[in-house]
Amino acid sequence: MENDPIVVMKDKCVGCRLCIKSCPFGAIAMQEKLAVIELTRCTLCGACVPVCKFKAIEMRKKDAPVAGAVADLSAYRDVWIFAEQKDGRIQSITYELLGEGRKLADQLGMSLCAVLLGSGMSDKTAELVQRGADRVYVVDAPELAYFQDEPYAAVLIDLIRRHKPAIMLCGATTIGRSLVSRVAVNVRAGLTADCTGLAIDPETKNLMQTRPAFGGNIMATIITPKHRPQMATVRHKVMKEALVDASRKGETLIEKVAAEVLKSRAQRVKFVPEAETTMNIAEANIIVSGGRGLQAPENFSIVRELAEVLGAGVGSSRAAVDAGWIPYSHQVGQTGKTVCPKIYIACGISGQIQHLAGMSSSDIIVAINKDPDAPIFRVATYGLIGDLFKLVPLLTREFKKALKK
Amino acid sequence: MHIVVCIKQVPDTADVKIDPKTNTLIREGVVSIINPFDMYAIEESIRLKEKLGGKVTAITMGPPQAENALREAISMGVDAGILVSDRAFAGSDTWATSYTLAMALKKIGDYGVIMCGKQASDGDTAQVGPGIAAHLDLPQITYVRKIEEISADHVVGERLLEEGTEVIRAPVPCVLTVVKEINEPRLPSLKGKLAAKKAQITHWKADDLKAEKGNLGLDGSPTKVVKIFTPPARQGGQIFKGEPEEIVPQLVEKLKDAVIAAAS
Ligand SMILES: Cc1cc2nc3c(=O)[nH]c(=O)nc-3n(C[C@H](O)[C@H](O)[C@H](O)COP(=O)(O)OP(=O)(O)OC[C@H]3O[C@@H](n4cnc5c(N)ncnc54)[C@H](O)[C@@H]3O)c2cc1C
Ligand SMILES: Cc1cc2nc3c(=O)[nH]c(=O)nc-3n(C[C@H](O)[C@H](O)[C@H](O)COP(=O)(O)OP(=O)(O)OC[C@H]3O[C@@H](n4cnc5c(N)ncnc54)[C@H](O)[C@@H]3O)c2cc1C
Repeated sequence: MENDPIVVMKDKCVGCRLCIKSCPFGAIAMQEKLAVIELTRCTLCGACVPVCKFKAIEMRKKDAPVAGAVADLSAYRDVWIFAEQKDGRIQSITYELLGEGRKLADQLGMSLCAVLLGSGMSDKTAELVQRGADRVYVVDAPELAYFQDEPYAAVLIDLIRRHKPAIMLCGATTIGRSLVSRVAVNVRAGLTADCTGLAIDPETKNLMQTRPAFGGNIMATIITPKHRPQMATVRHKVMKEALVDASRKGETLIEKVAAEVLKSRAQRVKFVPEAETTMNIAEANIIVSGGRGLQAPENFSIVRELAEVLGAGVGSSRAAVDAGWIPYSHQVGQTGKTVCPKIYIACGISGQIQHLAGMSSSDIIVAINKDPDAPIFRVATYGLIGDLFKLVPLLTREFKKALKK
Repeated sequence: MHIVVCIKQVPDTADVKIDPKTNTLIREGVVSIINPFDMYAIEESIRLKEKLGGKVTAITMGPPQAENALREAISMGVDAGILVSDRAFAGSDTWATSYTLAMALKKIGDYGVIMCGKQASDGDTAQVGPGIAAHLDLPQITYVRKIEEISADHVVGERLLEEGTEVIRAPVPCVLTVVKEINEPRLPSLKGKLAAKKAQITHWKADDLKAEKGNLGLDGSPTKVVKIFTPPARQGGQIFKGEPEEIVPQLVEKLKDAVIAAAS
């Protein structure tokens, strides 16, 4: 027990149960009128510690050596971002990472570096410099033309070991999450998932990484105090894109890697672009979504028409996907995509917690629903109460006028 | 083939409600379930076994109660369950979790396909599957929505990327993480329920794994959660009700600038 990382001091606990309520993980229970922490369930988040009025809960402060801890943190310098590209085009998440990375690098007095893996992409480095990179590491090889988990991870591991960055950011995209989870294990780094906020602790200079968990119901701030690099994936559409400044100067370093590093056991057999030619909703600045309130598959045209006028992507609730009205790739929510557009318009969606988990961090939320008590109105910036079959087509017409289309 | 499916017990978020006054999670009475994505992983594992023969083992790292998750998996058709549980695992982040599971897999030894869910509905990181692959130095196919082909020595899986579908062939052993679209999980059969009741769950503690102590639990975890808080509630918005012809232009006026800004 002495070595337990968190303890309830039996002489201080009065059995008031306050800690039980405070625990987001249900890890505390009463046993013989005293609080007992179920350690296999506890995440050591510390939420219970300040709640106890009797100071009966203590977290063990430990300065014992931690496995894989870096002895000299100052040997790790610079803020790195992974420059995601598809078909040779730099993805917008990359510009968001550059925008955020620039701020962090300036606060730390470090350089901002972009890592670009691809084939025949050397001419794209200027774009990265103009958006804020002081240095671009390029690895150019046919094996890197498109994303492959193994060689991409191996190259990144190689570069990190050689150059020792202090921070490494990557988009929390499908590619990003598959990639850096592998990398972090190998370089023994901490990896914080899907961050929506990043800041530097003014005292310790640690990266404070804030992220939603539990489907967006709680937020956690996470640090990696003793390991380097401090790695994080960053949610798409949350950070501001870095602007182009054509006068910026930066250097490009072409890195060579051993042939071994480029090997992949898994191989792409084929690639089929999304059948429906509408845009990827994770990229969309505006999303118009439809739910069960549409009542029939053909009524999705109402939503599509509004989306077209607004230049928006089309999203949906799970109910609409399960009914077969629209493909799964359009589903927003806990078991679908997490989106964060500037404007999200929900038509005939009730706003169950699993749906909200995927869209509640949108800038502006518009809800259209005939039920004034629908939970979607609680997160809506603007709500229209009424029949969507009247409201949505009218909205399309009015927007057409307003936008002079 | 020996298929191993990794499952996690999570609080049922369908039950999770927010206390509107305090803006905190109400957890009382929330039951624990198998992580929804892991249900698809279990179903797919059973289907692969039905095709190839062999057996499916479900493994979970968690509290003693997680045994229930393993029994539920067995009721669906999984053959055996392993519970990896020890106080030493407390405070594991995804590095330590994937390390611990990887060490348990090494102890199992003859695994072919290792199946995981896309992500857990509580921690939400999607990092454990690729983490296991990295610890074991195995190839991975993430976000699999269809298994096109499987044999004793290779698997062909289709994965959903943001912009389309990619078909990947990987040698076995390998790690797959699956999305919801892959199948429709079956309900437990009566026979399955009986089997689940009778099943002997294997219990492994830290000492049973040839693990380096320093890599487990809090000590093995590079990340530290320093603060947990509930997100600020969104301000109740502006509600328009009345005649469509009146309220729609009002909304358009409010949104116009944002729409133009979003387009540029
Ligand atoms: C583990 C789990 C994961 C899940 N994951 C997701 C997920 O990722 N995404 C997701 O969306 N859901 C998810 N769900 C399902 C979720 O709980 C809801 O069932 C689903 O979101 C409901 O979809 P809906 O709002 O379209 O339908 P409903 O809840 O049926 O709502 C329809 C709404 O339309 C309104 N309406 C009807 N007619 C009209 C009209 N003429 N005009 C205006 N309004 C009208 C009604 O008032 C109602 O509010 C998940 C559930 C579980 C258990
Ligand atoms: C609020 C909060 C935030 C957190 N943020 C981070 C973070 O940013 N970075 C970090 O490293 N850790 C984080 N953690 C810790 C992390 O949740 C735990 O390490 C957890 O054990 C595994 O991560 P996950 O729930 O995200 O699983 P995921 O990686 O999302 O799970 C993917 C799949 O892996 C398998 N799997 C996951 N856990 C288990 C298990 N215990 N047993 C068997 N199979 C399993 C399942 O198949 C599952 O579908 C956080 C914890 C909390 C409470």
